[in-house]
Amino acid sequence: MDIATHVFSALYQFGDAFAFLVLSACGLAVIFGMMGVINLAHGEFIMCGAYVTAATVHAGLPLPLGILAGTLVSALVGVVVELAVIRHLYDRPLDTIVATWGLSLIATQGTLIMVGSTMAGVGTPFGSFQVGDYSYSIYRIVLFCAALGVLAALYALFNWTRFGVLARATIQVPHMAAALGVDTRLVYSLTFACGAGLAGLAGGLYAPTMTLVPTMGATFIMEAFVTVVIGGADVFLGTAPAGGVLAVVKSVMTSWQGQLFGQIGLLVAVIIVVRVLPKGISGFVLRERT
Amino acid sequence: MSKSVLRGLRAAALTGTLVLGSPLGSHLALAAENPIKLGVLEDQSGDFAAATIGKVHAIQLAAEEINKAGGIMGRPLELVAYDTQSDNTRYQEFMRRVLQRDKVDVVFAGFSSASREAYRPIVDQFNGFAFYNNQYEGGVCDGHMIVTGAVPEQQFSTLIPYMMEKYGKNVYTLAADYNFGQISAEWVRKIVKENGGKMAGEEFIPLGVSQFSQSIQNIQKAKPDFVVTLLVGTAQASYYEQAASANVNLPMASSVNVGQGYEHKRFKPPSLKDMFVTTNYIEEIDSPKSKEFYAKFKAKFPSEPYVNQEAENSYLAVYLYKQMVERAKSTKREEIRKVIALGDVCMDAPEGKVCIDPKSQHMSHTIYLAKVGADHSISFPKVWEDIKPYWLGEAGCDLTKKDPMAQYTPSNPPPKP
Repeated sequence: MDIATHVFSALYQFGDAFAFLVLSACGLAVIFGMMGVINLAHGEFIMCGAYVTAATVHAGLPLPLGILAGTLVSALVGVVVELAVIRHLYDRPLDTIVATWGLSLIATQGTLIMVGSTMAGVGTPFGSFQVGDYSYSIYRIVLFCAALGVLAALYALFNWTRFGVLARATIQVPHMAAALGVDTRLVYSLTFACGAGLAGLAGGLYAPTMTLVPTMGATFIMEAFVTVVIGGADVFLGTAPAGGVLAVVKSVMTSWQGQLFGQIGLLVAVIIVVRVLPKGISGFVLRERT
Repeated sequence: MSKSVLRGLRAAALTGTLVLGSPLGSHLALAAENPIKLGVLEDQSGDFAAATIGKVHAIQLAAEEINKAGGIMGRPLELVAYDTQSDNTRYQEFMRRVLQRDKVDVVFAGFSSASREAYRPIVDQFNGFAFYNNQYEGGVCDGHMIVTGAVPEQQFSTLIPYMMEKYGKNVYTLAADYNFGQISAEWVRKIVKENGGKMAGEEFIPLGVSQFSQSIQNIQKAKPDFVVTLLVGTAQASYYEQAASANVNLPMASSVNVGQGYEHKRFKPPSLKDMFVTTNYIEEIDSPKSKEFYAKFKAKFPSEPYVNQEAENSYLAVYLYKQMVERAKSTKREEIRKVIALGDVCMDAPEGKVCIDPKSQHMSHTIYLAKVGADHSISFPKVWEDIKPYWLGEAGCDLTKKDPMAQYTPSNPPPKP
């Protein structure tokens, strides 16, 4: 087998791990990394996106519109959850753990009771292509591109738009932002909805490739939290490099020793990064810059 | 005082919910007599729920039928069901509760082998009596247990030689990384070697993993003739969709898929094309007995997504228990085991005739080879009738003489006398 095949296969595996980490983590990066709400129901927002996507595709919509519907419904659910529960807990970050954990249990069990133990899949589009001896799924490349697109969009949103500036101001110094006439409650709501919508987007994008069950959110949550924890508070400067570092560790360890060592490698890398850079990668980058 | 009142209320509330499963309303007079209590510990939520909710329903169906026909020796069957949530520690908690507090006569418990090995010492310790109604990796030689599920000599000794003859001798195993997957993979290795084949590779996947890109590439690198998939739980089932979209296009063989998790119904065709499964029951089996069972099941539970292998095992287990109690004229385990020792505890189950083997307290089965087509329809290229659970008995486990309360594997067989 020639070098090019090996290089491509390594790149593909890296891209695949990167896409999974980044897409799992983006919503949480906004809600936990930026807003400081420890959202244990993150996986259930992902599940919500996946279920809505599958349901709309079964109803006859094309997949991209289904994914859009999944994203929007998750964002809408995010608004409701923020108004009903999270809003009252911004000063009590530890209590958000209990509240969101409760929400996650209710969502998982409620889905089980109402929709049943499984939902029929929608099938992965686009087919496959061949490089050397290996064949690859084209949809996995789409996922990688989607991850890059989401990162770029987040960077643009929080750095170049008026909403982004207001959101960052509100979260950093809420009373000052309020004094300057910003409707901070609205900004909090919209930011939370943005995070929930991103989680729904991840669910929608992965829905064609996965088992659709009420507990599916749990398979994302570990990766999401470790990426955000080592990424730190900045959505773009944290999530992108954290996803990159962890994807390298995970894909190298998995191809060398199998899935178990991939997971071990991931957690060891997290422990090392948190020990060396307690403020996360973005904390380190921003300190260097100033 | 208020505390004890509260406790009483709570107990009443609890028992109120517990007997929900049994058709108590219509049989109040019957229930007033001393019921036979059957504990049901199955996963009604969590990662395994898709495969196991049907087991609970099957037990409810059998109990309802038996109670309508007058119960067991005139005593009604009362179910004491708890949701074990796909969690091993819940099994230990609830096993203690049903044995100590609810004082059930028999317990039907467990899906994953990890859960079974978690609760089995508790059954032994409190001298209980449990049925494990699930296919598994085999080898449990324990007088406190009756196993109605199929074992490797029934599922792999049939399946692997068939696949090797049809597709070739290079075999790759992709298995869940816990006792079931590890011991089953050992069986596959042994049978492949005995038949002159070779293992092209093996990978063990931690439970809960859902992303398989690297595993798919490892399989393509090893170039096997077919892949043995022993993937457990709903997360791991994502493998099929991902392998199909990467165009792996290899035949697959399994003892757990389709028959438990009905993956051919859940995933879009053709992701399970050329999957071969040995199972003792699935709803597609086209015999009068099977059709009758399926019709009864659907009449009681119209929204049941699939009637799987373990639902049939659980259903027939209730009837076997009834037969044994009636013949022993007792619910005491030692009396029941005397009946089993006679060697003629058999019944006509939906799959065909089944009998309990006295040496291992496992069950003989009709084994169906199910093939999944490109459109996910099921065909049965081969049926093996009356395959006995012979391995434990031949290896030296004889529960009619000695009860070691242990699990054995090919590399760790029973000690020779």
